[in-house]
Amino acid sequence: MLRFAIQRLLGAIPTLLVLITLAFFLIRLAPGGPFDTEKTLPPEIEANLRAAYNLDESLPVQLGRYLWNLAQGDFGPSFQYRDFTVTELIATGFPVSLRLGSLAMALALVLGISAGTLAALRQNRPVDYTVMGAAMTGISIPNFVLAPLLVLVFAIWLRWLPAGGLGDGSLRFVVLPVIALALPQVAYIARLTRGSMIEVLRSPFTRTARAQGLPTRTVILRHALKPALLPVVSYLGPALAAIITGSVVVEQIFGVPGLGRFFVQGALNRDYTLVMGVVVFYGSLIIALNFLVDLVYGWLDPRLRHG
Amino acid sequence: MNARPLLDVADLHVRFATPDGHVNAVRGLDFELAAGESLGIVGESGSGKSQSVLALIGLLADNGQARGTAHFADRDLLGLTQHELTALRGAEIAMVFQDPMTALNPYLSIGAQMGLVLGRHEGLGAAAARMRCIEMLEAVKLSDAERRLGMYPHELSGGQRQRVMIAAALLCRPRLLIADEPTTALDVTVQAQILALISELRAELDTAILLITHDLGVVAGHCDRVLVMEQGRRRDYGTVDQIFHAPAHDYTRKLLAAVPRIDAPGRPGKLPAGDTLLRVEDLSVQFRLPPDKWPGRARQLTAVDHVSFDLAPGESLGVVGESGCGKSTLARAVLRLVPATLGTVSLLGRELLPLRGAALRAARRDLQVVFQDPLASLDPRMTVRDIVAEPLESFRPELGRDEITQRVARLLERVGLEPAHLNRYPHEFSGGQSQRIGIARALVCQPQLVICDEAVSALDVSVQSQIIDLLLDLQKELGLALVFIAHDLAVVRQISHRVLVMYLGRAVELATADSLYERPRHPYTRALLQAVPVPEPDVERTRQRQLLGGDVPSPLAPPTGCAFRTRCELAQSRCAAERPALREQHGSLVACHFAEEI
Repeated sequence: MLRFAIQRLLGAIPTLLVLITLAFFLIRLAPGGPFDTEKTLPPEIEANLRAAYNLDESLPVQLGRYLWNLAQGDFGPSFQYRDFTVTELIATGFPVSLRLGSLAMALALVLGISAGTLAALRQNRPVDYTVMGAAMTGISIPNFVLAPLLVLVFAIWLRWLPAGGLGDGSLRFVVLPVIALALPQVAYIARLTRGSMIEVLRSPFTRTARAQGLPTRTVILRHALKPALLPVVSYLGPALAAIITGSVVVEQIFGVPGLGRFFVQGALNRDYTLVMGVVVFYGSLIIALNFLVDLVYGWLDPRLRHG
Repeated sequence: MNARPLLDVADLHVRFATPDGHVNAVRGLDFELAAGESLGIVGESGSGKSQSVLALIGLLADNGQARGTAHFADRDLLGLTQHELTALRGAEIAMVFQDPMTALNPYLSIGAQMGLVLGRHEGLGAAAARMRCIEMLEAVKLSDAERRLGMYPHELSGGQRQRVMIAAALLCRPRLLIADEPTTALDVTVQAQILALISELRAELDTAILLITHDLGVVAGHCDRVLVMEQGRRRDYGTVDQIFHAPAHDYTRKLLAAVPRIDAPGRPGKLPAGDTLLRVEDLSVQFRLPPDKWPGRARQLTAVDHVSFDLAPGESLGVVGESGCGKSTLARAVLRLVPATLGTVSLLGRELLPLRGAALRAARRDLQVVFQDPLASLDPRMTVRDIVAEPLESFRPELGRDEITQRVARLLERVGLEPAHLNRYPHEFSGGQSQRIGIARALVCQPQLVICDEAVSALDVSVQSQIIDLLLDLQKELGLALVFIAHDLAVVRQISHRVLVMYLGRAVELATADSLYERPRHPYTRALLQAVPVPEPDVERTRQRQLLGGDVPSPLAPPTGCAFRTRCELAQSRCAAERPALREQHGSLVACHFAEEI
């Protein structure tokens, strides 16, 4: 286990380096620069600005400097929000995104696993067809279509929920963004659960459990659920990544001041350090959470625990 | 016998709804079972023996349907609601399944799986359940019962897992225990242990037993009465002695005739005189495994340990031993499918192990193999013609397509298939037919040597004997040398001139088949032979058995000196200190310090 952890941590370093390098060049490939405004700045002032932020150096030197600072935990200053460092911006935006993301993930797991199990138990019957049909629809509709539709129905027509913003921070304001984020994941998880649950229910050991006279509830909850969830657990990594990328779009649509929104604004304003900061932060988060998922996997499957 | 049987099944029908219409699996079955009695249900695959008992306890697949009556202690099982059946299962009727690896939940500890049963039927709390589980694990003679509760199935050997299955089944002292092929997935020595255990517990707990098996030998020793099934119908029904000595039905007679017997001489032809075809000397295969904890040292597993033998043209050599003894790895090393660590293999005087590239490819033409699972070893997307032609197209492309097709057609006919089946796909054939295709593929390049790795193990006995006849005929006709690897000692006797017995990667005895089976000279060979059930009730009842206890030690940490000493009754201090070499003993080669005493 120790060996596994060390291997994974060491393996994360090159992944992050590749990620940083790619992001570094991609954002600089985009036309325009951080100091382009409606009225052009006098050339000497722009030169001064560029020198102040070290943008006059060659790209490899800039990358090297960025990595060096990063190694010391310094994400650099934001070009757009001049009074803030990137670290401060992440600290402001991330809690908001974390709230959305974890609620969406929890909703996706609870709804997805229940719907999938239900469909597996009623295989090839109306309930199954309904759940799977709904899941297919959920997977096919992208969140930038789903989100405005939700706003239209629940905020504008029915007036049940606010259309955007964080308001007083109460739960009412996050309901729609969370649903928009979670629905595609609910659909995936339901399909995964159904498939693996059907397989587990056909396995010899569930037959043994039934031959032992255990009622269906016990067979499902105590015998079948754990193995049936293994594919769902391996999907958690990609699901987290999908929720993070989804949050970028959803936060923009609902006007939620989270990290995703900073990212979009940063990209539009060519705020190089902010974009890089969010990329590095989310990249590390995804790597860390994937590592956590692997640990959970090992905990669920006793055969992986030793050796 | 009591006035009223415990189980009385009358006119049982089972059928399955499939997209192609109804399939009748069981058609009008009648039998009864008295309390404490043991009934064997025997039949080949597809005879409906398993479906008929699954129907009794309401465990048919969703598309299955049962009708008839099945009175179990005053209730008609087929008339019960699912709810009532659930209450009965595990409490009054318990079941043990074939493969204890897959039949136990790999994700739950032994204690948890057993505890659920007690919680359900007797409402026992954790502490009380724990006590009962320990008691029951001790009753099935599992050592270290308390510690086993926290273990997972993968941490146990096959025999230990089956003991856990039995313990879980008997927890609530059921009146009827249904065992569906309980020992088919186990080694013969472990099979003997498990069958002895079931018989013992039956006497102790007064539980009636329904033993479902394809193996008539198992039935002979452990059942009072026998029911023979074929195609969903009862073919024969009576006491063991009636069935074995005066079978009423032709099918039973055929089945009895087809069973390979360990006490019947084999049928290989006369051994043709000739030079050595294959010589294996001091062959060792080691695998490196990652350390079990980190940091730690890599572990070394010796799968084949200094094995030597010769093979003459037209000779068949049987290789036997329990699972994990290295018999398949030996074959793979000879075929160059796994790298040998040490030793030499030469075919007609030419060393095989140093060969590389084109030379190796050319040498492989003379060395062919037939694998165990006939269907899995044929590419499902290729036609039979393409499967059998592939080696020829690769080694003799100059023949041309038409000539190759003709040769394939002739060969298919020779192995007993219709040449008209050339364009069919593997799934359209039965297990026996698929194995014939595999044999045709092995023979198409006219090899000198064919290695059969458990080639008939997956087949029913009647099909088994047909395939063995075919192999023997082909051997006579083509002067083929055979290495016949199998765990079934009776099958090996039928086909082999000589037999090599392996234990933990080592050759422990090498002798002509007759002398090995009549007069085994290694204690392990003797124990193996004693464990094999004979389809003869009188023999089984009177047989003196020295049951081999315990399991094969881990090949990662083999015992010092003689590998077998930990399970050997003759073992003395010398056996731990000194590794016995193969030495001649009345014409046999035996690796035992005390071979003279056997």
